[in-house]
Amino acid sequence: MTITEKILARESGASIVSPGDNIWVNCGILLTHDVCGPGTIGIFQREFGRDAKVFDREKVVILPDHYIFTADEKAHRNIDILRAFVKEQGLPYYYDPGTDSYCGVCHVALPELGHVRPGETIFGTDSHTCTHGALGAFSTGIGNTDAGFILGAGKLLVKVPPTLRFVLDGEMPPYLSAKDLILQIIGDITVDGATYCAMEFTGSAIAALSIDERCTICNMAVEAGAKNGIIAPDQKTLDYVNARTKKPYEPLFSDPDAKVVSERRYDVSRLEPVVARPHLPDRRALARECRDVKVTQVYIGSCTGGKLEDFVMAAKLMKGRKVAVRTLIVPATRTVEQGLSDTRIDGQSLRSIFESAGVEPIAPPSCAACLGGPYDTFGRTHGKEVVVSTTNRNFIGRMGSKESQIYLASPYTAAATALTGHITDPRDV
Amino acid sequence: MPKDTLIRGPVYVLEDNIDTDLLIPACYLNLVPTIPEEYRKLGSYALAGLPDSFPKYASNPDGSTPYPIVIGGRNFGCGSSREHAPIALGAAGAKAVVAESYARIFFRNSVATGEIFPLESEKRLCGEFKTGDQAEVDIEKGTVTRLSDGAVFTLKPVGAVAPVIAAGGMFAYARQIGMIKR
Repeated sequence: MTITEKILARESGASIVSPGDNIWVNCGILLTHDVCGPGTIGIFQREFGRDAKVFDREKVVILPDHYIFTADEKAHRNIDILRAFVKEQGLPYYYDPGTDSYCGVCHVALPELGHVRPGETIFGTDSHTCTHGALGAFSTGIGNTDAGFILGAGKLLVKVPPTLRFVLDGEMPPYLSAKDLILQIIGDITVDGATYCAMEFTGSAIAALSIDERCTICNMAVEAGAKNGIIAPDQKTLDYVNARTKKPYEPLFSDPDAKVVSERRYDVSRLEPVVARPHLPDRRALARECRDVKVTQVYIGSCTGGKLEDFVMAAKLMKGRKVAVRTLIVPATRTVEQGLSDTRIDGQSLRSIFESAGVEPIAPPSCAACLGGPYDTFGRTHGKEVVVSTTNRNFIGRMGSKESQIYLASPYTAAATALTGHITDPRDV
Repeated sequence: MPKDTLIRGPVYVLEDNIDTDLLIPACYLNLVPTIPEEYRKLGSYALAGLPDSFPKYASNPDGSTPYPIVIGGRNFGCGSSREHAPIALGAAGAKAVVAESYARIFFRNSVATGEIFPLESEKRLCGEFKTGDQAEVDIEKGTVTRLSDGAVFTLKPVGAVAPVIAAGGMFAYARQIGMIKR
């Protein structure tokens, strides 16, 4: 069996499962946030009763992150719904906006807080829940109804996905990053190339990646339609997890002879920086072939592109230089935000590098303009902006305005573009 | 609740990769679908993310849609897990989507909520219909008929989720098989 099948087998009480089996799987962690949490709670209360208790208080994590820094009244009302539910149920893992416990973007905070453990199952009311497969968990996005069901029942009917294996070997060239790797893959297999499947990433190039970078890859598995992305845990994973949780866990690994639907191999040393052109993540082009594209805004943030390592990459290019266009920096979490001050390149903090380069005032951590949101959202587009962004989706209207154009790129490419004002291969600055 | 399996009315024709931001833009995700007034409001914003070159979907004065059937291409509903997407369609009065293929979470949410029937056509239908054409979807027979000339197109069998659809959603199904009590 593959790692995905083994986790699903263990959590369904079966010794063997096969792709296509419909099985009831125990939930290890249920993750929700401010946009889908209130609806999930509404369904839980409607279906299980007003006096119902959640299946396991230790397994529910609520990380508001979407509409935090806004005057929108309903957004505030929604946070209040979460607060009331947390109080009523006595939930220990709630990270409240406006308090010291607030974290920011749920998919960066969940592993930071030690809620992601290899071999476990994670269901989240957000499609990018697939991020957490980077630590060897089975992790997938679900809707409010399924989440409301899990809140009461602690399990979910799951179809076992077939696995597509991606073997990435070779040494990463300078200025190539995990974002380039996953945009390369999505460009190859298209936005529905992995529909219903597990995407398993392996090979020496994956092993060499940091946890942050592995998260970037698994985060975007859903952009190819996948149910989950997954990377087998190694010592790097265990060190990361053990530093953040004392809870016991048991990693699982794919058998060497596990059956997969397909295997694609990449020599990353031959790859070049790429972008995804509007309006789909599979519209891949080489960054150096898009020099003619003038941009009006650069955005560095989100669950896939707002981690500390993303800002280290951007800062390497921006150090001692000035940006040519409006450049927005949104750290995903408060830990990342702190890291901007604590992490230094040649003695200069990332924050100082960005400020000296002339970026807009650094925003507080949240999903911000990655998905548009309320009209007063930081960085939201309102006109015909052309944006290079480290986020994960470039759909029409994704960042707010239907007229704006979004190019997805790595933090290196985004930073290089910020410096020149047109799409720029980071090797050229 | 059991649903009518014969749907008749004008179709609204889309294309490939209709994503959840087109189905319900993020600025409306502050609406909570389980609050009845906000459920109705979500319906009035169904497909509000489409470029302005498309006719308004929820164009009736009361915020509902004149088009109970939506026709799409490949990968319908790709993107976010926002259940607001199938709910917006359902709240607007859509009964069925007929597409070549679906993104996983959208399909799942459509089935789990029972808001709309996510049906798969054997062949691509985007070129076979124009927005406003009258059609009849017969779920039991597995057909879509173009009423102007009687042309019949086949739907794929529903497959493993048939019992969940037949029960009317995830909770109804789980109760039926005794997985949950109430």
